[in-house]
Amino acid sequence: MNISTELLPILTGLQKRFRGRIEAVHSPRANEIYVHAKLDLVAGFTAHLCRKWQARLVSLFADDARETEAAFHLYHVFALDAAHGFIILRVPVPPDKPEFASLANAIPGVNWQEREVQDLFGLKLIGHPNPRRCALHDDWPEVHPLRKDFDLRTQLPPFEGERHKFIPVEGEGVFQVPVGPVHAGIIEPGHFLFSVAGEPVLYLQLRLFYVHKGTEKLFENLPVQHCVRLAESISGDSSFAHATAFCHAVERAANVDTPPRAKFLRSICLELERLYNHIGDIGAICTDVAFATVNMHCMRLKERVLRVNELLTGNRLLRGMACPGGVRFDFDADQLKALSQLVVELRPDFDSVVALIENSSSTLDRLQNTGVLKPKVALDLGVVGIAGRASGFDHDLRRDFPHAAYDQLKIAVPVYQTGDVQHRMQVRIDEVRESFSLIEQLVAKLPGGPVRMEIGELPAGATALGYVEGWRGEIFHWIRTAPGNRLARCKVKDPSLQNWPALSEAILGNIVPDFPVVNKSFNLSYSGTDR
Amino acid sequence: MFGVLGKSLSTGVVTENYPETPPAISARARGKPEIDWANWKDARPAAAICPTGAISHQDTNGQRVAKLDLASCIFCGLCAEVDKTIRMTNICECAARRREELSASASYSLKSDGSHEKMISPPALQPSNHPTLQRNEPLETLGRQIQERANKMFGRSLHIREVDAGSCNGCEMEIVNLNSPVYDIERFGIHFVASPRHADMLLVTGPVTRNMELALRKTYDAMPAPRLVVAVGACGCSGGIFGVNYATRGGVDSVIPVDIYIPGCPPNPHALLHGVLLAMRRMQKK
Repeated sequence: MNISTELLPILTGLQKRFRGRIEAVHSPRANEIYVHAKLDLVAGFTAHLCRKWQARLVSLFADDARETEAAFHLYHVFALDAAHGFIILRVPVPPDKPEFASLANAIPGVNWQEREVQDLFGLKLIGHPNPRRCALHDDWPEVHPLRKDFDLRTQLPPFEGERHKFIPVEGEGVFQVPVGPVHAGIIEPGHFLFSVAGEPVLYLQLRLFYVHKGTEKLFENLPVQHCVRLAESISGDSSFAHATAFCHAVERAANVDTPPRAKFLRSICLELERLYNHIGDIGAICTDVAFATVNMHCMRLKERVLRVNELLTGNRLLRGMACPGGVRFDFDADQLKALSQLVVELRPDFDSVVALIENSSSTLDRLQNTGVLKPKVALDLGVVGIAGRASGFDHDLRRDFPHAAYDQLKIAVPVYQTGDVQHRMQVRIDEVRESFSLIEQLVAKLPGGPVRMEIGELPAGATALGYVEGWRGEIFHWIRTAPGNRLARCKVKDPSLQNWPALSEAILGNIVPDFPVVNKSFNLSYSGTDR
Repeated sequence: MFGVLGKSLSTGVVTENYPETPPAISARARGKPEIDWANWKDARPAAAICPTGAISHQDTNGQRVAKLDLASCIFCGLCAEVDKTIRMTNICECAARRREELSASASYSLKSDGSHEKMISPPALQPSNHPTLQRNEPLETLGRQIQERANKMFGRSLHIREVDAGSCNGCEMEIVNLNSPVYDIERFGIHFVASPRHADMLLVTGPVTRNMELALRKTYDAMPAPRLVVAVGACGCSGGIFGVNYATRGGVDSVIPVDIYIPGCPPNPHALLHGVLLAMRRMQKK
């Protein structure tokens, strides 16, 4: 079997440990191994894999395979960072007994993902600490949109009843501050309910999924070539990263590799996306502590990047660039010159703007020790990306699971232990500087040749995991193909879904007026979460 | 303190002079597609590759009506790759007062092989009908005119409340950029405000989701009259790639009345400015 040498000992160990209980193993790709077993193996398998091999459960989702295999399937995607591979556990859930045992007590990070499975597939959770609705609001009728017998265009009856039942917080002097879904700033919708005693926050309840758009269902209803454009609309600020993760999954399902030049161009675009978002966030964090000048400079720099994006790809948010098999547009000498020029100009400009922050003691005073997410809490919640790296979790798919052209580059990953707003900003500052250097390396080493190859019709019944380290954190797209170049399932995992619960922890004990800056330091995507 | 001042002075003024000067947009930027209607031979390849149904055709009794709907166009340019009669322009100022103004169609006689020929009726919409800002208006520049109108109607300013009713946050990204020193929307006396009660205009993005419908209605109801609603982006104008499904209601006008539609995915800041300024002219007509 085609299994990477690093994963092989782990798999052998698993087969020994769970002798006779692993029903099948197959590895469509060297770093992606599927293990089929019964439902009752999940808890033991997960505990063993996480304890013995430091695996991370990065995605938990369901798939309605009743038509072909007379069962729902639950998938558990484990990332083995040290072994640079994925082990995916698949277990059936019988349609006549649609329930499964929760892992959330052992792995709090899957809390929302499990509830999403319960809402969208109607598989009942057993033993979940908080099995209330998550993806569908409380006023939705009893429907399970991701089941195959539910039509995408179903028109549901009008709303009635309560939107969401919040947990009451009581006590002398305790009162509640509801915020949203329509916020004061130009941001996405979500509801935050603060329970406060005086100014400090005692408890924060999040209510999201206001922008649930049926995206995953829509993937099943569009031809594959249109799905790429849909992937660009999962989270606008990560258009290219999501579209590329999707393309990566499609390419892996078709067992094709993209041309070298396409890989480099993908990495360049991913770094440009990282640049404009990080620079924008650094400015926005400063705005939230009333240092507007820095924000103006950051927006000016961000605009420079967006215009280069437009020059390179025809769109400021890099839309329309991604396609399965490579990228749609090549860069000519003039475009590459403009890109190099951008780095040359931006680097000193950015450094001098960062110096303004570093020399402002009143700004630093607001950022330091604000919104602290302790490494232990981050680890328990499985926090990834910027927030993870600011709280001691040394990981980055670009280094640990090289995709695009990242295997050709040396990447420094900034990691801090403090976990406060300042260090989430510092991770961004370090990564901006790293991106400058990566873009320079990519341009210098850019190979020639085609930028795109034809993929042809996808084989039916294939499964594949695509992954990309977006600017916010790791993005996963898992697909199962259907006949006729269509998808039977596309599971989208944005890092925001993983990180939102961490915000509730980081804000504890902070004052309500610091919430905006704490929130901004995470800058999670509502649309990426809600889909 | 001196560092902050020094940095500002050395940076200088970066604000653009739009709309006095044309938008600074790369020639490679993909704006609205243009169809050579008279020489269009077959609408099928473009319609098949269009991810949002912005290009479509209807065949009945040997006749074909082919249509381009900017309201759902995401400017991806895939149609232009398969059909040489379609050209991507870098024109981004596409806002319109009525939804119908964004679509154009022509009818053709249908051939047996499925292609079409001979335009029977020309595109229903002539480019000159498009509401564009007239840049050659004499003496007074448009920006100043707008400001005067705003002065008249709103006591020197227009206040905007933004509502994301389901967007992917791409439109928010560009709306936020209006506050950047490059576009500086406040030079027109336009401000983004935190409450609908302070607002004259509602800027709405996204296909309206089932979960945001009530919040959008409540926000609209909370605004004092007279009020304007601007639908932003392909999703806001038509539902975009999401369309109407179990979780979305479609475009903004399926929930509240819309005064101006700004197409794009997302519309760039120039397109947004153009749309907002256009809406203010509309205000005077009311």
